[in-house]
Amino acid sequence: MKLDFGSVRSTTLSEYVTRFFFGGVVTVLAGLIADRFGPGIGGLFLAFPAIFPASASLIEKHQQKRKRRAGINGEQRGRIAAGLDAAGAAMGSLGLAAFAATAWQLLPNLSLWQALALATGLWAVVAVTVWIVLRRLW
Amino acid sequence: MISELLLRFVIGGIVVSFFAMLGGALKPKTFAGLFGAAPSVALATLSLTALKRGKPYAAIEAQSMILGALAFLIYACLVFRWLMQKNFRVLTTTSVALLVWILCAVGLKLVFFR
Repeated sequence: MKLDFGSVRSTTLSEYVTRFFFGGVVTVLAGLIADRFGPGIGGLFLAFPAIFPASASLIEKHQQKRKRRAGINGEQRGRIAAGLDAAGAAMGSLGLAAFAATAWQLLPNLSLWQALALATGLWAVVAVTVWIVLRRLW
Repeated sequence: MISELLLRFVIGGIVVSFFAMLGGALKPKTFAGLFGAAPSVALATLSLTALKRGKPYAAIEAQSMILGALAFLIYACLVFRWLMQKNFRVLTTTSVALLVWILCAVGLKLVFFR
């Protein structure tokens, strides 16, 4: 794994705004759903992949642009890039389940920030471990 | 009420953008994809909910979120399969599959934590 700031630089302001907007809307909706239907239903939406379609489309667009510049038809490459992103998200979702289970158990016993910091740390550990294990197996 | 919604919107937007930017700066693509399932909305929502309604209430949300995350796993596997094996459009595929997420999440909720 490595850092690639090129793709960060190639992200336009409107793409950042899109992500910010979707992130904000989903957070508001999650709160409103919990207010209306209770925390049992509202909690489900804390893992709603609403940002995913926008992110996958951006990945597809960037890949297509890059391949077109190289004189290659980027349509299929764009789809494959978005598919690989989905594979990564599937691995990350196991980390997301670990985050939720940790927060569920720790929130009543620790301070808010301790519980969320530990849950986030576990998300990272589980997601990266699953990624390393599956990469070795494939 | 409006100021609370605005606060949720801004904090949610910031946290989601942060994780998205982090994921965008990483390679290979499957590793960057891990950040597509980052707990960004959860961090923003659980913090604000715990501060407003208390930690036990936020813990109930976190418990349900486990099922939402399992529905996310099914969603992401389905999107991966459709994009790699069929010629479906990315935005259409990822958007239509959100319905599968809703069905799975609600179904799991009915089965496990009724």
